[in-house]
Amino acid sequence: METSILSILIFFPLIGIIGMFIAYMLKQDDIIYKYIALFTTGVQLLLTGWLYMNFDPAIQLSADLLAEPVKFAVQLPWIDNFNIQYFVGIDGLSAPLVLLTALLMFICIVASWNISKHVFAYFALFLLLNTGMMGVFLSLDFFLFYIFWEVMLLPMYFLIGIWGGPQRKYAAIKFFLYTLFGSVFLLLGMISLYYYSGMQSFNLISLISAAPSITGSLWGFEVKYLIWVALFIGFAIKVPIFPFHTWLPLAHVEAPTSISVILAGVLLKMGTYGLLRISYPLLPGEVIAFSYTLAILAVINIIWGATNAIAQRDLKKMVAYSSVSHMGYVLLGMAAIVSSSPAGAQAGMNGAVMQMFNHGVITAMLFLLVGMLYDRAHHRWIVFPDDYEDAEKAGKMGFGGVANKMPVFSAFVMIAFFAGLGLPGLSGFISEAFCFIGGFTAFKLITVIGTFGILLNAVYFLRAYQRIFWGDEGESSKELTDITKREISILIPLLILVIGLGVYPSPLIEMVEPTVQTIIDIVQSAI
Amino acid sequence: MENILIYICIIFLLPLVSFAIQLFSPKGLKDLMAYLSTGMLLTSTLLSSLCVYAFYNDSSWSTTDWAIYNALKLIEIPWVSMSDFYIGFGMNFDKPAVVMLFVVSLISCLVHLYSIDYMKGDKRFSRYYAYLGLFTFSMNGIILSNNLFFTFVFWELVGFSSFLLIGFWYEKQSAGDAAKKAFLVNRVGDIGMFLGIMLLFVHAGTFSFNGIQFAGIDHNIMTICGLLIFMGAVGKSAQFPLHIWLPDAMEGPTPVSALIHAATMVAAGVYLSLRIFPFLTAEALHVIALIGAITAIVASLIATSQYDIKKILAYSTVSQLGYMICSIGVGAYFAAFFHLITHAMFKACLFLCSGSVIHAMHHSQDEIHDHTKDPQDIRNMGGLRKKMPVTFVAMLISTMSLCGFPLFSGFLSKDSIVAGSISYYENFHGLTFIIPALIILSAALTTFYMFRLIFLVFFGESRDQSIYDHIKECSYFITSPLILLSVLSFAFVFTLPNVNPIDYHGWFYNMMSKTTPYQTLGFDMYAVAEGMHHAHYTAMFFSICAAILGFLLAFVKYYLRKDVLSLSTNSIYIKLRELFNNKFYIDEAYEQFFINPFLYISKKASIIDWDYYDQMFIDFWGWITIKLSKISAVLDYSFLDQYVVDGFARVTNKAGKEMQSSQNGVLQSYLFSAVVGIIILLIIIQQLG
Repeated sequence: METSILSILIFFPLIGIIGMFIAYMLKQDDIIYKYIALFTTGVQLLLTGWLYMNFDPAIQLSADLLAEPVKFAVQLPWIDNFNIQYFVGIDGLSAPLVLLTALLMFICIVASWNISKHVFAYFALFLLLNTGMMGVFLSLDFFLFYIFWEVMLLPMYFLIGIWGGPQRKYAAIKFFLYTLFGSVFLLLGMISLYYYSGMQSFNLISLISAAPSITGSLWGFEVKYLIWVALFIGFAIKVPIFPFHTWLPLAHVEAPTSISVILAGVLLKMGTYGLLRISYPLLPGEVIAFSYTLAILAVINIIWGATNAIAQRDLKKMVAYSSVSHMGYVLLGMAAIVSSSPAGAQAGMNGAVMQMFNHGVITAMLFLLVGMLYDRAHHRWIVFPDDYEDAEKAGKMGFGGVANKMPVFSAFVMIAFFAGLGLPGLSGFISEAFCFIGGFTAFKLITVIGTFGILLNAVYFLRAYQRIFWGDEGESSKELTDITKREISILIPLLILVIGLGVYPSPLIEMVEPTVQTIIDIVQSAI
Repeated sequence: MENILIYICIIFLLPLVSFAIQLFSPKGLKDLMAYLSTGMLLTSTLLSSLCVYAFYNDSSWSTTDWAIYNALKLIEIPWVSMSDFYIGFGMNFDKPAVVMLFVVSLISCLVHLYSIDYMKGDKRFSRYYAYLGLFTFSMNGIILSNNLFFTFVFWELVGFSSFLLIGFWYEKQSAGDAAKKAFLVNRVGDIGMFLGIMLLFVHAGTFSFNGIQFAGIDHNIMTICGLLIFMGAVGKSAQFPLHIWLPDAMEGPTPVSALIHAATMVAAGVYLSLRIFPFLTAEALHVIALIGAITAIVASLIATSQYDIKKILAYSTVSQLGYMICSIGVGAYFAAFFHLITHAMFKACLFLCSGSVIHAMHHSQDEIHDHTKDPQDIRNMGGLRKKMPVTFVAMLISTMSLCGFPLFSGFLSKDSIVAGSISYYENFHGLTFIIPALIILSAALTTFYMFRLIFLVFFGESRDQSIYDHIKECSYFITSPLILLSVLSFAFVFTLPNVNPIDYHGWFYNMMSKTTPYQTLGFDMYAVAEGMHHAHYTAMFFSICAAILGFLLAFVKYYLRKDVLSLSTNSIYIKLRELFNNKFYIDEAYEQFFINPFLYISKKASIIDWDYYDQMFIDFWGWITIKLSKISAVLDYSFLDQYVVDGFARVTNKAGKEMQSSQNGVLQSYLFSAVVGIIILLIIIQQLG
């Protein structure tokens, strides 16, 4: 079980897809696909639960498992000519994200229960996406990582392009091309690492010792620096880091609810995960040189994302921009790795990894809630735009007084909004605070500017809350009914995580801290 | 002492339990649940009074040294621990904490009781009690926390419960706006506080309150740290220039205003300033004193021209909080804490009295089915003393206490603050005379606007006879807290066994004065104590004069209704009134200079981000790619394929056609061609060979 669990986690969804094909041959009812998907992700969730129970935070990945076996990890030769391995493993950095992926996948299957268009294709693509995401988080071979990275793109393109909103085709093609553009840089970086390191290997763990010794220059730049820039662009597009962020609002808004949840909850974290897994340990010198720029970019993300969110009239777009802002906290925490105070580096880096997880949970909740409102009212305007098709509504409030119509729903929204704006006692606060503390020990002025983000975040969440839920009952709120038991049941696990980790964050910290410490040690040793 | 520990834990957690059970209480049981919550708070009150008693008696706790806090680390729960980064939740029980705990529990308990009648029939009755529980829990957290990180955590939670309670009647646009404003203005202060905490952490490596003044941190950095953390207090204790949220917060139910926006939460800023007092530098203290004095005078000037009964009291609260902050600024540590406690009693009483009046007005209006008049406007009241005797007497007593008349608790604490400010002037001279001057002037103004309120509401003729006829005194749920709190506004409560009304020595002084820290980064505390001792009688003289002056002005203008010096037609007077009435246009200034420009920027930012940057710049690359691919398509097909590739075909074709003529079937020409071919071949072979 221990050696095969990671492979099962990655490939079990493919078995689900095969099951769907068989059902398709047998000409089964549409509902069967939903049950197969539910079963597959359910099993996956249980397996990650087992993984969590047996997880040992002290796991240190090693380059050669024959010499030094590591719990759960598997290393098999795959394409021997190029020294490409099937190498998967889990440590404190990937564990929370694997748990998050499994949980959100299961929740999203339940949330997509009402899909009626091309049911087979939707759920099959969803499971393929699942394989891609799990693969990215578990791969320890760069080539394998890259393959999963690309595998994920394809289903995403179709899921946005077929099941999305009115501008779905434009959004899907933009997402696809933008991300592919990033993949090209990633590919370049990967191949250069392969050749320049002198190892002829894609093994991410053995590259940790080999990559820093890369010498040589190309077009007047150091090769290492070029590799760092190439990888950074590849990952930055995914995060997204300003100025590569504009695919995000469009894709999130046009995607169906479940896809927005996956996009914001899991996909964005792949960018920061990639930086932490690949760029940070492999190129510590460049990390240090670049950290100041990264901190500036982080603060631009925080402020620019929040400033844009304030101006949005579409609730979903507001939440999408809030993701840009919140990913800025992750970057700020990551930049703090160069902090001269050990406590600051630890606070920042642990805060960044925690924020990846916590933002995944909170934003998933936000998108699910927006989706529930949209399902009922068929629009999600906080304020109708001035050029709205129905001239009578243009410029007027979209909702109002929803709190009385949907009390349970509004309680969930209040918790999600306040988690988003960083209220203590809810999980968002602790990770944001740590990112700031870390950032402050390393970059004082930049962080001071960044802290205005906590005010701006409160502005748009509170404005939206007041306009939608409080005040007089609006035209669109008249027919609303409160959320159903099924909807409550998918929100409850997220709620438990938000409150639980807010009140007592230690379980998460204990899981990530040893691995994060390893990364800190690697990078700091290059100073 | 073990008992005390258990008591403290119970006091701390009971309100949270109350919150939880109210949140999930079944609809049918809501009245019973309200009694249950009230009972829980009563238990808290009794237990905390036991704690106060134990601390009063136990001489081992009465160490004068601030280092006692190190010995008091009784409970510490590790919350986050990494190899070099640690945050624990520890409790700090000392005398100020225990006394505060008692005050919060007592007033919270009375408000619970009061609300049973006041909030009867509200559709979110249970929710109201749940929020009260959450608030009380968070407030206890601020009081007990032993480090700045957890103080910040509870600080925000208190802000959140205040947000919920201000916006309790959220159907009203104004209530929603006020709740939002309160939260956001507080966040501005909290940013400063958070930065201060981080700066302190960078230099001291700890979040703890203890011993920072001995950590040897650079003086200028400590000044910045202190002022940044104090920014949190500016927000929460509604100090100038962030005081704008508190008057708006009166949109919440009146008992909430009494508990949160008068007695406890707004005093949290003062409490925090007392906690950080040992490491406030002299520079920081000067700024704090100035802010406090400005707040006191600005708020009391505004209060003189308001007509909403709750708004008058709200500005009065702001002004009194200014007193406490100023008192900290001048180094009068004990006076600030004393005023915090006495103010909690009489201001809670005043708010509950105003609630009683509003409640009676409301009911009367309900009976005559006339809701055209604002039940909170003092111009619609008058002559109520005959109809509501209990409320009248309670309000009169608490007003006298607020104004600082001898015999009442306010006299003692206010007098100490005035003495502190005079001693501050004695020590520093020069421009610092502003501080005592502003303090004494606002004492006179306080008496003026409070007796204006009393005369307009309880004396004279009623303005609306039909409403007046139906006014009734409220039930015991409402009047009994009033009676209790008005008794607690008397001076002897704090000075027993001493009953001399102008001497503040007594049990409270004996218990608290020893907690004053003497080893601080700020002023020489011995000099301050010495100065205050000297200024005692001067201060008493000035404050009594101020109180009498204010009273006389109000008496002449609002009781006798004489137009002194025909002021009401004086143009300067009218202009000033307008300025006060519009609250010095501070709200408008914020709107004009911060909020509107920012919203404009944010609109522009979204246009730049989407319409320009994305649609034009990013999609430009898409457009370029499409164009390039079109050009390459043209090159590929029209040129390469059609012209080059097909060109060969055409040439072949043409050549074939041309050659056709040679394929004429004439044997000689074939032979001729063959011979020529062979000759050419031979020449080539020869050349190559």
